[in-house]
Amino acid sequence: MMLASFGAATLASYLIVSGILLAIGIVGFLVRRNLIVMFLCTELMFQGAAIAFVAVGRYYLDYSGQVMVIFILTVAAAEAALALALVVFMHKQRDTLDPDVYGELAE
Amino acid sequence: MIFIVQSILATPAVPVNQLFDQVAPSWAQFILWMPLISLALCGLCAALKVKSKAPAVITIISLATSFVLTLMLFIGYEGAQIIPIFDWIQIHWSGGSFIANFALYVDSLTLLWMLFVTGLGTLIAVYASEYMEHDVGKGYTRFFAGVSVFLFAMSCLVMGDNLLMLYLGWEGVGFASYWLIGYFYQRPAAVAAAKKAFIVNRIGDLGLALAIYLIWATFGTIQYDGITSALAAHHGDAATFTTFGGWTVHAIPYLLMLAAFGKSAQLPLYVWLPDAMEGPTPVSALIHAATMVTAGVYLIARTYPLFQLDHYALSTVAWVGGLTALFAATIGMAQYDIKRIMAYSTVSQLGYMFLGLGVLSSYGAAYHVFTHAFFKAVLFLTCGAIMHGFAGQLDLRKLSGLRKMRGWKIVSYTMLIGCLCLAGFPLTSGYFSKDAILAEAFVTQDPGFKVLGWLAIFTAGLTAYYTFRVWFRVCCGPVHYEPGDELHGDDPSSFHPHPPRVAINFVLIAIASGAIIAALPYFMDNETKGINGGWVGEMVHDSPARAGVPGATAAHDAHGEHAAHGSILGMDPHKAMYYISAVVGIIGLALAFFFHLMKRKAADTLRSKLLASSATRWLPTAMENKWYVDEFYIAVIRTPLWIFGKLFALIDRGIIDGLLVNGIAGIPRAIAKWFSPLHNGAVQSYALSMIGGAALIILLMMFMPEIMSFLQSTMIGATP
Repeated sequence: MMLASFGAATLASYLIVSGILLAIGIVGFLVRRNLIVMFLCTELMFQGAAIAFVAVGRYYLDYSGQVMVIFILTVAAAEAALALALVVFMHKQRDTLDPDVYGELAE
Repeated sequence: MIFIVQSILATPAVPVNQLFDQVAPSWAQFILWMPLISLALCGLCAALKVKSKAPAVITIISLATSFVLTLMLFIGYEGAQIIPIFDWIQIHWSGGSFIANFALYVDSLTLLWMLFVTGLGTLIAVYASEYMEHDVGKGYTRFFAGVSVFLFAMSCLVMGDNLLMLYLGWEGVGFASYWLIGYFYQRPAAVAAAKKAFIVNRIGDLGLALAIYLIWATFGTIQYDGITSALAAHHGDAATFTTFGGWTVHAIPYLLMLAAFGKSAQLPLYVWLPDAMEGPTPVSALIHAATMVTAGVYLIARTYPLFQLDHYALSTVAWVGGLTALFAATIGMAQYDIKRIMAYSTVSQLGYMFLGLGVLSSYGAAYHVFTHAFFKAVLFLTCGAIMHGFAGQLDLRKLSGLRKMRGWKIVSYTMLIGCLCLAGFPLTSGYFSKDAILAEAFVTQDPGFKVLGWLAIFTAGLTAYYTFRVWFRVCCGPVHYEPGDELHGDDPSSFHPHPPRVAINFVLIAIASGAIIAALPYFMDNETKGINGGWVGEMVHDSPARAGVPGATAAHDAHGEHAAHGSILGMDPHKAMYYISAVVGIIGLALAFFFHLMKRKAADTLRSKLLASSATRWLPTAMENKWYVDEFYIAVIRTPLWIFGKLFALIDRGIIDGLLVNGIAGIPRAIAKWFSPLHNGAVQSYALSMIGGAALIILLMMFMPEIMSFLQSTMIGATP
């Protein structure tokens, strides 16, 4: 299998950036009290995953990593449109975006 | 029944009923359909909210058509025949079949019954058209629809060609009776009475259903014709019926008896009939006096040969009938409600009919059914007219001297005719029909029957007493009346009784004339030698209701033929009974005359004297309280059933529902309680647990080799 070189940066540095993005996204999702910010955090997690895909794809000289990223971007765009519409709707209903207010499914 | 066994040697074979071969008059089926058409039209009236007497007119016309058709059938009658209508149930398989066609079996017994059922049905419908007029536009249609249902079911019962059709009619009349007893459904007493009648009859109906099953299992058919042939093939020898070891032929009569005693209000099951008086009076007259309650007598008469296969069956019928007659008469003596007195007298007279069947006088029973239908109908209808005119007043202490009031003459004198017949006054119809039964109790030589005969004679005296107690109290003496409680808002002080008008008076006169004319058949000549009883005797003799099993040697076929004829006081019972019952009847009448007309105070004095002495106190108390039979049934049957019901309800709710159903459902619920805090509805806590889970899986995967080697080392360390 052919392996590409990244110049000064190694595959590990890309993966580290990707891991940091994922971690920021997770922590943001868990601690923030605003639905819009939480959605932004999910986007961050997406991008972390996307970077990892591209980096590993490049590392193995395989285009499937990039194909997957285009997929992810499309899905993320669709999801963002839907999610934002939901967020607007929820805000209209309750005048707040605190996720703790929307707890009807509690046992 | 020692006598039957002895006489078998001496007497000739009972003829098998042959079907008469001729073209069946198919128009006869309209006897059955006319009431049904009337029911449909009444339904239409109800749907169109008709506010006129149209339902009555429809019912009267259709019932009159039924009667005319029955009359035509009777005039053209030449022999028993089956008139097919349509194939109802036909199941064949190898080795057997179950056939129940919708067909009519017309023989003389059928015609005898149908003549008075349709005839009286028509007249009583005419009476009801006036009697029920306060309900025009309200319950009027419902009432006549009920009468139509009843007439259809009763025709089915009497004319059906098999036991299943009889069962259909049997249930049908029970339902119609329930419908009409509960006519005034706003009154709790009427609803309770309707339910009581239905539930008590259920016990009897169970007997009928089982009997029909056993008859099919034993004879392979439930058609009367087939049963007769099967009996004739066996020459009536019970021992040769080997189905199920032969016990069925002994069980069938008792099951049929249970059915008959339920429907005809005999001793253990009579309690529903007095309560059935909650229904409108025309219903009491038609269903609970003249026709439906004689269905039990009809059932036994129709299946008479089956009763002679068991030695004790007919004796049982006789004893139950005789004891019921006495028992009900004693209650009737002490009642004050005239309609209730008539109800108890119906129970008592039905007892006479069963006594007649039991002592092998099926002719006497049928004749008494026939005469009783007329005179009891007229008695009920006069009671109804009085109740109608005096705002529901039925207490004989609060009515007096109707005979002298304007407009009440016809009621008073038709009531007198009814009373004379019921009391068995010489030369009335009731006198002849009752004598036929009483005499036969002495003719049929059975030591027990002699006792029953004397009991029945004593009962005849009581009957005369309580009958005329009503008449002397209500129709004679000084004019005095108090209105009943159905004043409809009128002022009691300005109350004026309103005497019956033309329809009621016409019907009273018609039926009272019928009651007088019903004595005539007794004097008619017989075509068949050796039987007595004139026309009715002939009608019964031509049917299976004659004594003896078809094909077997006769037990007691004809009076002239049996060798040993019983006697009473050294005289021939038939002759002697003319005098004995006349004397007894007149003694009863005289007692009533003394206590209830001449010295009315004497009756009260006698009662208070009886009550004053502790030795005799039980007698009037028990009689007035109907021997506490209802209370006894409540204590012995209803209360235990109620307790069982409560107990089962507890078991159902506690153990079945509580422990089993909800208990098992509680187990997963309890387990879920531990995990339910996880579902707290906060999206971020869900996310946390998801991430935690993912982290756990990643960690496991990362350290899998270490974990595996650690596990291996501990395992090896544990096993030396």
